[in-house]
Amino acid sequence: MISFLLKGLLRDRSRSLFPLLTVFLGVLLTVVLHSWLNGSVASLILSTAHFNTGHVRVLTRAYAREANQVPNDLALLGIDTLIAELRHDYPDLLWTPRIKFGGLLDVPDEKGETRAQIPVSGLGIDLFSGATPEPRILDLRDAIVRGRPPLRRGEMVIGEEGAQKLHLEPGDTATLISSTMNGSMSITNFVIVGTVRFGIVAMDRGTVIADLADVQQALDMENGAGEILGFSRDDLYHEERTDIIAAGFNACHRIPGADTLSRGSSFSPVMGTLRTESGLSDYLEYVGLFSGIIIGIFVLAMSVVLWNAGLTGSLRRYGEIGIRLAVGEDRRHIYLALLVESLMIGLAGSLLGTALGLAVAWYGQVKGLDLGAIMKGATLMMPTLIRAQITPFTCVIGFIPGMLATFLGTAISGIGIFRRQTAQLFKELE
Amino acid sequence: MIRPLVLLLGIPIASMMQGPSGDEILMRVDRNMFTDRKISESRMIIHGQRDTRTVGSKSWQRGTSESYTEFLAPARDKGTKMLKLKDMLWEYSPSTDRTIMISGHMLRQSVMGSDLSYEDMMEDPHLPDIYSATIASGEVIDGRECWVLDLKAKKEDIAYDHRRAWVDKERYLVLRENLYARSGKLLKTADVREVMHVHDHWLAKIVVYRDVLKEGDGTEFHIDNVTMDADIPDYLFSKAALRR
Repeated sequence: MISFLLKGLLRDRSRSLFPLLTVFLGVLLTVVLHSWLNGSVASLILSTAHFNTGHVRVLTRAYAREANQVPNDLALLGIDTLIAELRHDYPDLLWTPRIKFGGLLDVPDEKGETRAQIPVSGLGIDLFSGATPEPRILDLRDAIVRGRPPLRRGEMVIGEEGAQKLHLEPGDTATLISSTMNGSMSITNFVIVGTVRFGIVAMDRGTVIADLADVQQALDMENGAGEILGFSRDDLYHEERTDIIAAGFNACHRIPGADTLSRGSSFSPVMGTLRTESGLSDYLEYVGLFSGIIIGIFVLAMSVVLWNAGLTGSLRRYGEIGIRLAVGEDRRHIYLALLVESLMIGLAGSLLGTALGLAVAWYGQVKGLDLGAIMKGATLMMPTLIRAQITPFTCVIGFIPGMLATFLGTAISGIGIFRRQTAQLFKELE
Repeated sequence: MIRPLVLLLGIPIASMMQGPSGDEILMRVDRNMFTDRKISESRMIIHGQRDTRTVGSKSWQRGTSESYTEFLAPARDKGTKMLKLKDMLWEYSPSTDRTIMISGHMLRQSVMGSDLSYEDMMEDPHLPDIYSATIASGEVIDGRECWVLDLKAKKEDIAYDHRRAWVDKERYLVLRENLYARSGKLLKTADVREVMHVHDHWLAKIVVYRDVLKEGDGTEFHIDNVTMDADIPDYLFSKAALRR
C-alpha cells in the first residue's frame, strides 16, 4: 500500500509539492531557530560560568547576601584549608579561588602626577600555581590582543578598550587604587603586560586581571578570596549533579541559626550553583518556555496551512474520492490512505528541512553572528559573537512540527470524506 | 512712665537670664576646641566585623585648612601620609611612591577602614561657619549638664545636613553628636568617653565614632598626646613633604 501511495505522490506532484514545501520551510525555520536559541543560551551559560559564578560557587553567607556589590570585607578567609577540603570531597570538580574587586586604574605622567584614570572591575585569579585551571577556563592566551599574559608577580592585563582609553602600552606601569578588605585605601603599582578582549562588552570595557597573590596583597586579604569556584572537568553545566553537590556541602556546613544574621554564622561557607548564583534561573526557564512556544506556533501555523492545502486537495480530488467510495472502498480506508500520504509528505519535508536547517545551523556554529554593534552598552555576561549550537535534539526537533502539522492538517480536512452520501455519489459524478 | 522703663530694662535682663543662644554656644564650643597650631599623636582602634585593628598617626595642624598626617602603625600603613591644603586632599603611598589626590566619590571612602571618611577630615572645623544652631533641650550626660543643640547646615554641599550635639554647659565641649543626611537618616554618631584639659582648653581624649551604615562596633579615637600652639615648619604643608 505504501509503495502504491508513494507512486501516487510522485506522479501527481500537485498532490504533494505544496504541502512538501510548506513542511520543508517550517522545519527549516524550526531547526535554525532552535539551534540559535541553543547557541545563545549555551554561550550565556558558558561565559557566566567562566567569568562569574563557575558551575558551583562557595562564598560566605554574608558575601552571598550582597554578592553583586563584591563585599570583600565579607570574603572567605583560610581558603587553603577550604580548597583542600573541596578537592578531597568533590574531586570531580576543578576548584579555584577568585577575588573580584573594583577600583580606579591611574596612569602617572613622568612627574608621577595622574595622567589618566578610569574605573575598573578587577579579577584576581590563580595564574601561577601548578594545578590552576584558570588559564584554560579564561582562555587568556587566545584573549590577548597586545603583549602577553602575566608570567610573574606584579603583572596585569587590561581590557583592550580600557587600555585604549588610557593610552596604555604593554610595559607601562599603572596604579590600582582600590579598597582593602578592612576598608582602607589600597594603592598598588602593576606593570601592564598585555591587553585582552574576551568578546564580552562588560568585560572588555574596563576589566583588569592579575594573579591572586598580588590581589590578596593589594587588598590585604592574606589567604582569603571572595569566592571559590568549582568547574566540571568536561566544562559542561550538569544541573542535577551540581544541585546534589551544593545540597551536600551546605548540609555539612550548616550552622544552627545560620539563616539569621548572627555574626558567627555570617562567615560560614555556603555553596550555590550557576543557576541560583547567576540569577539565570528565571531566564533559562523563560528560554525553555519560549522554545516550546516557537515550536507550538509553527505546528499551529503549518497545521492551518496544511489543513487549507488538504481542503484544496480534497476539492481537487473530489472526483477521485467519490469514485473510490462508489466502487466500495471503505471511508476509513480512504481516510487512512490520506493520513499515510500526509505522513509520507511530512517525513520527506522534515528530512529535507532538517538537512538544510542543519547546514545553515552548522554555518552559524562555525561563523557565528557578531552583535557587537548593538551590545555597546550591555552589562550582561553575554558574548558579542553569538553562535548556533547543534545538539542531538536539533536533529529531531524539526520532525515534531513537520509530522504533526501534516497529520493534523490532513486529519481535519479529511473529515469531509465521512460526510459524503453514497446515495448522491452518482448524481455528483454525472 | 515707670512701666515702659521697667519693660525697656526688663528685655535685656530677661534675655540674659535665658542664657546664650544656640549660635553663641556654638561660637564658645569653637573657641574652646580651636587652636591655630596643634601637633597631636593619636590611635584609632577600629572594631571591625571580624577583628580589631589599631592605626597610629601623628598630625600637624595649622589653622583650619592645613593639616599633615603621617601614619605610624600598623606596618602595612606605616609611612602613608595625608596632606590637606584648603579643599584639596592628597594621600602618599610609600610602597608605590605615588601621591594620589582624593576627590569625588573617593572622599566618601573610609580612612584606614575606620568609621571616619576622608570627607569628615575635609570638613571645616569651624562649625559656626557652616551651621546655625538652636537649643532643642537640656540633658545630663555622664553627670554633666548639657545643652542639646540642633545644627542646620547653612550651605547645601555639606556632608551632614544637620546634627544634634550635646554640649557640656560648663566646658563648652561636645560630649555626644549625631550626624544626619538631608533625608533625616542618621549616618554617624560620636560619643566622648574621656576628656582632657590642655592649656585652658577642654578636649576630647577618647571619642567613639560609629558609622551606623557600616557593620562593626565603631572606631575609638584616642588622642595620646597633644601640643597646642606648637611651632610647625612651613615645608610640612607642601606636596614635596609627602615624599620626604
